[in-house]
Amino acid sequence: MASEKKKLRVATTSLAGCFGCHMSLLDIDERLLELLKLVEFDRSPLTDIKHCGPCDLGIIEGGLCNAENVHVLREFRKSCKVLVAMGACAVNGGLPAQRNHLDIRDCLQTVYMTGTGIRRGFIPNDPELPLPLDRVHPLHDVVKIDYFLPGCPPPADAIWHFLNDLLAGRTPTLGHGLIHYD
Amino acid sequence: MAGAEKPMFAMDGNDVPFEPGQTILQAALAAGRYVPHLCFHPEFKPHGSCKLCTVKINGRTVASCTTLAKQGDEVESETPEIQDLRRNLVQFLFVEGNHFCPSCEKSGSCMLQAVAYDLGVMAEHFSPFFPSRPIDASHPDVLLDFNRCILCELCIRASAEVDGKNVFALSGRGAKKHLIVNAESGRLADTRLAVEDKAMDVCPVGVILRKRRGFQVPIGERKYDQHPIREVAVGKATARHASGKPSPQGPSKEGA
Amino acid sequence: MSRDLSAILARHQHDPLRLVQILRDVVEEHGFISPGTITTLAERLSLPRGRVEGVAGFYAFFPTENAGRYRVLFSDNITDRMAGSVELRQRMLEAFQVRDGEVSRDGLVSIGTTSCTGLCDQGPAMLVNGRAIPRLTRARIGSISAMIHGQAPLDTWPANLFDIHTHIERKDLLLSTPLAAGAAIDAAIARGPDATVAQVKASNLRGRGGAGFTTGVKWEMCRAAPGEAHYVVCNADEGEPGTFKDRVLLSDYADLVFEGMTVAAFAVGAKRGFLYLRAEYPFLLAPLEATLAERRKAGLLGKSIRGVADFDFDIEIHVGAGAYVCGEESALIESLEGKRGIPRNRPPYPVTSGYLQQPTVVNNVETLAKAAFVVMHGADWLRVRGTGRSAGTKVLSVSGDVARPGIYELPFGATVREVLDLCGATDVQAVQVGGPSGMLLSRSEQHRRIMFEDVPSAGAFMVFDDSRDILQVLENFASFFAHESCGFCTPCRVGTALQRRMLSALAKGYGTRRDLKDLARVAKVMKASSHCGLGATAGNAALDALEKFKPAFEKRLGTLEVMPTFDLDRSLAPAREVTGRDDDEAHLSHEEEE
Ligand SMILES: Cc1cc2nc3c(=O)[nH]c(=O)nc-3n(C[C@H](O)[C@H](O)[C@H](O)COP(=O)(O)O)c2cc1C
Ligand code: SF4
Ligand code: SF4
Ligand code: SF4
Ligand code: FES
Ligand code: FES
Repeated sequence: MASEKKKLRVATTSLAGCFGCHMSLLDIDERLLELLKLVEFDRSPLTDIKHCGPCDLGIIEGGLCNAENVHVLREFRKSCKVLVAMGACAVNGGLPAQRNHLDIRDCLQTVYMTGTGIRRGFIPNDPELPLPLDRVHPLHDVVKIDYFLPGCPPPADAIWHFLNDLLAGRTPTLGHGLIHYD
Repeated sequence: MAGAEKPMFAMDGNDVPFEPGQTILQAALAAGRYVPHLCFHPEFKPHGSCKLCTVKINGRTVASCTTLAKQGDEVESETPEIQDLRRNLVQFLFVEGNHFCPSCEKSGSCMLQAVAYDLGVMAEHFSPFFPSRPIDASHPDVLLDFNRCILCELCIRASAEVDGKNVFALSGRGAKKHLIVNAESGRLADTRLAVEDKAMDVCPVGVILRKRRGFQVPIGERKYDQHPIREVAVGKATARHASGKPSPQGPSKEGA
Repeated sequence: MSRDLSAILARHQHDPLRLVQILRDVVEEHGFISPGTITTLAERLSLPRGRVEGVAGFYAFFPTENAGRYRVLFSDNITDRMAGSVELRQRMLEAFQVRDGEVSRDGLVSIGTTSCTGLCDQGPAMLVNGRAIPRLTRARIGSISAMIHGQAPLDTWPANLFDIHTHIERKDLLLSTPLAAGAAIDAAIARGPDATVAQVKASNLRGRGGAGFTTGVKWEMCRAAPGEAHYVVCNADEGEPGTFKDRVLLSDYADLVFEGMTVAAFAVGAKRGFLYLRAEYPFLLAPLEATLAERRKAGLLGKSIRGVADFDFDIEIHVGAGAYVCGEESALIESLEGKRGIPRNRPPYPVTSGYLQQPTVVNNVETLAKAAFVVMHGADWLRVRGTGRSAGTKVLSVSGDVARPGIYELPFGATVREVLDLCGATDVQAVQVGGPSGMLLSRSEQHRRIMFEDVPSAGAFMVFDDSRDILQVLENFASFFAHESCGFCTPCRVGTALQRRMLSALAKGYGTRRDLKDLARVAKVMKASSHCGLGATAGNAALDALEKFKPAFEKRLGTLEVMPTFDLDRSLAPAREVTGRDDDEAHLSHEEEE
């Protein structure tokens, strides 16, 4: 039935994540070919496109830990009709958010100035480098997120199931064994 | 038993028999009907604080763990309205603490997580509070990670009523309410907690952890990885593989 | 140190039930409760240390760290704010170079806020080391600051600073009927306990503390309940912001209130009674104790009252320590027992299982005062006023944008417009009846009537004119609930915190349509599943406002459906600070740049 359909344009990115979710996406193995019959990729680590054009679907891994992440997220929100937060980090900040009880000033100082083995250190101040936020935030703290896909990373089966639902026009659901926060 | 029919109430259209003095939650679980709950533990007096077990009886919402079953009650439990309410309560518990399941030793055996799975909670929906709560690693055998405490008071009750030690207590109020230990130093090492204590075994989440036990059971093979909580809680868990079947009430509207 | 602890403990007979009173004395003498003090108290009272620490940590007026020699708390009700309290507090913070809620470096002073202190007819008000100062002005703040700078002991401050005025603007049945002390007791004795209960029932007197339960039925159930002892408790916690009528009843009609308690004791067979007085009213303590002493001397309290052989009854005053939830009757009882003020699971209700699990009547101050007259003059005394289901009158505490704030006693059934006309309110935008937990009425609802059948009220009546910002009112209410939630149950503990955050964002113009939806959602969760009335009503004002004042929200919304829930640019500030950067890339706009 879906044979006549125009391919959906999909963009993906990794913000404050570990690429684990993207690896899991690739883990859907041979089903990737099936997926590629339905979608084509815009900006994504899987392609080389640097800026996102108008897309049907944006899939974002990782939360927000610096100014750059916020810019990319906003670009995605502007370009994509539907945004999915993929993985624990995108959904609730994940492991990077475990730094949230620390003062970012102390973190930078420790890393660049006072840490073991550092002599005459200094904190980089190059405008090219993205400045860290004082706390790591989940995506929905800054833009509207349409769907959440939990897991660290979400199992390949869950991603497959989720995308299938989404592409078929069903509200995605994950039952026992697929819904995982770990 | 002739003539001595057991009294019954109806839950979502199914008859549930009960013994006089039983709460709705107790009777439902005994009859194999799951009602989400967190602060209830069969060995302790019902507490009524998490409100996950909320049901609707004749139009009024009540906590089923503290409400006595009555003949003829019409109890609504897994209606869209009540399930939505429970999803919100689970989301409340997630945002008020720091729950990073991927790095939590309790993941897979955690009741909060398992209830959230059962309810199909895909995200916390609200903006997380990210409270700052220190960890207490002072005890030689036990680690306390307050970040995950849902304030169910089970450890407090177990330590007071079973162990007779009053190791745990609560201080503060409102969103600042927090678990404390019975020592001027505030350190677990300076309390009488021992690994054999009942208080070690009642925490539904990953706060009170035995040291040097990390990841003995691999992720993916733990209690609720094997069986959904709605089966475990009513003793119905049989060996079964992940089915991928969506939970009865579908996805969270809030999370979507 | 431990010597004065011994004195305090001796004063309270080393009774763990008196823990809250003991901790009050510790704060009075030491200024705060140190970890060492907690350990000593726990040992001497044979309580687990965690229990004592938990109680100390529960009540707002128990600092557990040094909070300075002068502890200044500005009453933070919306009416205080409307009268300029924010500016006055700011001045004082600047004068002492100290941050809100913190102690000055020299340990001299801390300046913070506290929930409504019940002086809304003479605000803004503050508490200094627990003592109330009303009618704050720049001049008053100036002289208070000077005395703190000069480290003048509180006892040497001019007495008129602490004068509390009584503004009774309209009297009806209750406030104009004279009482000869003992007359109601004599009437009860003449009739006997059962007939006394029957008479209160026949009057259809309903509780004036909020829930409106029929008083006679409550007394009857308590009387019938088996127990080793029965108790009568007068609920004078009066924590609902904007309510101060019980304060006036206790200052000007104390005999009547005690008469009511004594009649209740006779009716249910109680030997002991408690008046649970909110900590914010310390100025009432000495006069109330004096009234009790007189009544003992007159044989109206004590053994064989009025010569009736086994009619023994006496009253103790317990003082709270800053917790609105302790107005909830079962939390109040927990507090009376020296515990954290957590509402109990009900049933069982206090009438069968209250103080020390014994049958206990808990009644509001005004209820007891009225009960005394009902017993004295008969059921019809009350029923000549009011409506079918709301017999008698209601004492209202009127404050806000009105010419004559104060106490107004009106028959039940009076319209909102009548009250507004009496107190001289013009350009009315909204009225909050019954306090933050009550009902928010719009201008078009002035025909509505104060009575259980329509707009019930525990007594507060706060008026907001057209110049006021409803969102600031709501934000103030939301902070109140978040501060006062006991934290026992999930919906209220988390819901009140979420509600405060969303309303604060909305009031500042950071709110979004998602917040409006979430606000309603959170309010409904709290209403449906909270453990006690605090959580169940904490979202009422927001729900009312979303319905009646929607444009007030909409005009502040950003254009996006979702905006950042935190200040993006400010979250880069710490990193800017340590890197020394201030280039364009070192900033983020709050709304998306086009
Ligand atoms: C959060 C909360 C606060 C309350 N505060 C008071 C109070 O300050 N004074 C009062 O009389 N009743 C208060 N109540 C109502 C009491 O629980 C109780 O219903 C009342 O004291 C009974 O007395 P009455 O029947 O004479 O009204 C409060 C209830 C709740 C839920
Ligand atoms: S306690 Fe449960 S929900 Fe919290 S982090 Fe651990 S596994 Fe996750
Ligand atoms: S530590 Fe565990 S058992 Fe104790 S109150 Fe917290 S969640 Fe409950
Ligand atoms: S509703 Fe609020 S105040 Fe009442 S028990 Fe729950 S947390 Fe405590
Ligand atoms: S990057 Fe996927 S869960 Fe963290
Ligand atoms: S299980 Fe009933 S309130 Fe927690």
